[in-house]
Amino acid sequence: MKAGALIHLPWVAALTLMAAPAAAATIEVTIDKLVFSPATVEAKVGDTIEWVNMDVFAHTATVKGGWEVMIPPKKSASLTLKAAGAVDYFCRFHPNMKGHVNVAP
Amino acid sequence: MFTRYTAALAALLFVSAAPFAQAADKPTDPQIAHIAYTAGVLDIEAAKQAIKTSKNKEVVAFAKDMERDHEAVNKQALDLVKKLKVKPEDNATSQALTKAAEEEHAKLAKLKGAAFDKAYIENEVAYHKQVNGALETLLIPSASNAELKSLLETGLKIFQGHEQHAEHVAGMLK
Repeated sequence: MKAGALIHLPWVAALTLMAAPAAAATIEVTIDKLVFSPATVEAKVGDTIEWVNMDVFAHTATVKGGWEVMIPPKKSASLTLKAAGAVDYFCRFHPNMKGHVNVAP
Repeated sequence: MFTRYTAALAALLFVSAAPFAQAADKPTDPQIAHIAYTAGVLDIEAAKQAIKTSKNKEVVAFAKDMERDHEAVNKQALDLVKKLKVKPEDNATSQALTKAAEEEHAKLAKLKGAAFDKAYIENEVAYHKQVNGALETLLIPSASNAELKSLLETGLKIFQGHEQHAEHVAGMLK
């Protein structure tokens, strides 16, 4: 290995560390037998939530007066979070299904 | 006033308890499968009547949700009984449920517009409440096969969701 490459390594590592918190993540929420899991998600603006529906039933992730994502049976659907804040969501077809998202700026 | 309230309450209790009151004995798995499947079929038929009759967007959307979900549950039920080699067995509870649904269908057939919507949704609330009560207190505790029990438990969650959904639509009709 060349000495030059070794010298640059700490820089690369530092850049990667600095870039990591800003990179948008995809957070998976599974729906199985009418349960959102995890029920509470910690995210930040720019992250995407992907709901993976294991049920044979259609569900929604609906925020009252806000966004709504339709999640067809045995399919996935996602949403990119645009605003900071904490929101409760539920399934419009089965309002006993509840979830929560904390979105950091 | 008090008498009228008592009479109404008595009528309500009678209506909600009647179909399941005859199943004093613990139902068997083939009977439970038949009851659960029949309860689904009856709600699909009620949904079809509402889709055909109602002009209210929310009511039609609700009915389509019922049709879709109950068809999905019943497909799972059919797959399961086939897998378990259980032959669903007709019984007094299934027959009482069917008879009550036929009467409700005839009652609703005479109604139109807002009166139909209100009666359909109110019956959906009452019907899901009744079926959920039966699932919780009779059908789930009586089921001996673990897979059947598990499907009934998922069914209960779905139908509790429907009950809340129906209550929400009923609130919007007021």
